[in-house]
Amino acid sequence: MTKRRGFSLEQLAGAPLRALTRLSGSDLAERLHLRDPARKILYHGARVGTQAIKAGVGAVNKRAASDPTRLSSSKGSGKFDLTPTDDQTMMRDSMRRFAGEVLQTAARAADDAASPADDVLEQAHGLGLAALAVPEALGGVGSERSSVTQAIIAEELSRGDMGLALAILAPVAVVHAIVEWGTGAQQEALLPQFLGDHFTGAALALLEPRPLFDPMTPRTGAVRDAKSGGWALWGEKSLVPLASRAQTFLVAAEVKGVGVRLFVVERDTPGLSVVPEPSMGLRGAGLGHLRFEGARVSDDALLGGPGADNAFDVGVLVDRSRIAWGALAVGTSQSVLDYVVPYVNSRIAFGEPISNRQSVAFMVADIAIEVEGMRLLVHRAASLVEQGKPATRAASLARQQCASKAMKIGSDGVQLLGGHGFIKEHPVERWYRNLRAVGIFEGGVFA
Amino acid sequence: MINLETPKRFRGLVEQAHGIAVNVFRPISRKYDLAEHEYPKELDLLAAIIDGVNDGGGAASASQLQKDDKSSSEEASGSATKNGGNLATVLSMMELCWGDVGLALTIPRQGLGNAAVAAVGTPEQKAKYGKRWISMAITEPNAGSDSAAIRTSARLEGDEWVLNGEKIFVTAGARSDAVVVWATLDASLGRSAIKSFLVPKGSPGLKVARLDHKLGIRASDTATLLLEDCRVPKENILGSAEIDTSKSFAGAMKTFDNTRPVVAAMACGVARAAVERAREILEQAQAVRGNNRSPWLGSHAEAELCRLEAEVDVARLLTLKSAWMADNRVPNSVEASMAKAKAGRVCTEVTLRCVELCGAAAYAETDLLEKWARDAKILDIFEGTQQIQLLVVARRLLGKSSGELR
Repeated sequence: MTKRRGFSLEQLAGAPLRALTRLSGSDLAERLHLRDPARKILYHGARVGTQAIKAGVGAVNKRAASDPTRLSSSKGSGKFDLTPTDDQTMMRDSMRRFAGEVLQTAARAADDAASPADDVLEQAHGLGLAALAVPEALGGVGSERSSVTQAIIAEELSRGDMGLALAILAPVAVVHAIVEWGTGAQQEALLPQFLGDHFTGAALALLEPRPLFDPMTPRTGAVRDAKSGGWALWGEKSLVPLASRAQTFLVAAEVKGVGVRLFVVERDTPGLSVVPEPSMGLRGAGLGHLRFEGARVSDDALLGGPGADNAFDVGVLVDRSRIAWGALAVGTSQSVLDYVVPYVNSRIAFGEPISNRQSVAFMVADIAIEVEGMRLLVHRAASLVEQGKPATRAASLARQQCASKAMKIGSDGVQLLGGHGFIKEHPVERWYRNLRAVGIFEGGVFA
Repeated sequence: MINLETPKRFRGLVEQAHGIAVNVFRPISRKYDLAEHEYPKELDLLAAIIDGVNDGGGAASASQLQKDDKSSSEEASGSATKNGGNLATVLSMMELCWGDVGLALTIPRQGLGNAAVAAVGTPEQKAKYGKRWISMAITEPNAGSDSAAIRTSARLEGDEWVLNGEKIFVTAGARSDAVVVWATLDASLGRSAIKSFLVPKGSPGLKVARLDHKLGIRASDTATLLLEDCRVPKENILGSAEIDTSKSFAGAMKTFDNTRPVVAAMACGVARAAVERAREILEQAQAVRGNNRSPWLGSHAEAELCRLEAEVDVARLLTLKSAWMADNRVPNSVEASMAKAKAGRVCTEVTLRCVELCGAAAYAETDLLEKWARDAKILDIFEGTQQIQLLVVARRLLGKSSGELR
């Protein structure tokens, strides 16, 4: 470990740096060419450490406990530009390799088991995604709001498997929400567990099992508990990722006279029951059902605090979650395209490749056009969020389009393989099931 | 850095184009739809203004853009992305066609032939024809999408080309000052023998045979031209007279990489006009509430309108992307075809659906919705049909030749 002025980097930058240091030396990093991004994050970590030395050790802790640290909006160049930054390109390439080598391989087993494998989650933890979402002052490596980067990450992971991507991104979404809306005390109490050596499960629970669910008006409610001075939660949440192993749930609940708020609920809270909820698809995410029957949490479980300065806006949560869902849809849809192209070129019928027929070739062309269209809508919404501009309409358009086109692509993917598409020898049937989730889910992921 | 908003430097241009759409096009839109073949003289003033701004062809205010490019590239040492003439053109075209696509197609001196001369003309040709209105004649009675099959012939006799054939569907064929005519030097040599020729009006043997009556874009004239031993000077060929069989059709087709995003932009403009008008009508009727986040909680009409709006935005972004690529010299023929395919079909679907959603009042000539639904159809046909665009995209994706995927 590098020593500087008597301090080890380990002591200064803490756990995330430790995890990244370990990653950069690991075989996995070598295999996935993750060394460069890991080094970059290490550099950031070292920079934080050095700054801490300059400011006097403990400067990080000198902030008043009540002052939260937020990520700032990024300043746009004012130009129309589809060029990712160098960091985004690096991130995209790393995630793509990880998706190709780890997630694609693990997808079938996770789908069968309706649960992600522990080692997959541990390896994913090594990617440092949580650290990217946490500001430097709180021990992470983030500086600006990075919704486009988050969308790129979600897309690439989803090219491996949408269910596993959801599992991997579930705690990252919780981290984002805490950074965005938590009080200073909540940030300091809750964030470190996600920056440790090991994967920590957590999930953002918004969706409820009702037809035409409106995320703006959840029926789960939080009422004041006069006896304890805390809150009692009533209601249910559906299709919550990582339900089997999440230690912490961030639960959207209506507070009468106030509006929707997020509550931090530990899994062993009395009055909360968690049961598995295996579904049509996204089985690799380990989906579960939460039932709150007077589940009691303390006063400071209300994210952002009970005061009038609580900046939480459920609309923003819905918008940014939908952008991430759009990105997941784009990733799996791209997988469909990448899979059917070689298939229709090699499948022979009536003496020639079936791709020589317009009915087949045009279906493939349409998939390509719609995937690109979805991607542009998602990136536009994400870039607006990143720049602190109103993004509700853009996010809604992205969700709308992804819900209809991604499902069509999932269906066409199976159709192009015919009977072969219907059996589990090929992944298209799983993509078909996973893509039906787009347009249904709310919450869970965040961009 | 990824950003898909209208660039700051083009906001003025977009506003200007929108102003023309609102103040010049919309007030006379129905008039020239009803008075087909009557020349929209109101456009003369507009053309003069554009000439003034333009000073040399290409996008509106292109000279200003070139100046801007120079200064910004000096600042950014070349690595920064470029927002140039292609993006400016599609952005302003979207606005103009939000006003009226038929009128946008018949702005004097803004013909497809002008674009061809600007792209491949010699300095002499540009000097002589740059300020004139030039149309483009490709299609023949027996050669539409298959433009390699054209039979109009050109042969050199002394210092003159002698052209023979029939051209149809020539936009601005009657109103233009000159026509770029595609003709073959040798029909047996296929695509590589096809060349284009500048044929000024008044050339001996050139005749405007008739004007078509159309489903839509009636403000724009569509002519049939006859070339009977039509003679033009030897120097009126565009590009080289050599027949290079190795180059096949690429040269001639390259024009499309720049023009397809423009036609896609026309479709985006018409489609946006329709969804905006439909929302206005439905809101007045209190049939939509404007809940962006959960359209399904409202009426079916509201959900459908939101779906259409998303489709229109996809078409717009694909179009901007293809133009942005052209500005940055990234090969864009697949993306241009994607944009044209998507925008063409979206425009037709959206305008027709908006008429359906708004009912009788939108079907009657008292509203422009019915007109836009008629105007829309051509945008999925000219400059390459939907099916041709899909062939371009599919061949590239699947690695197929035009012989394998026909």
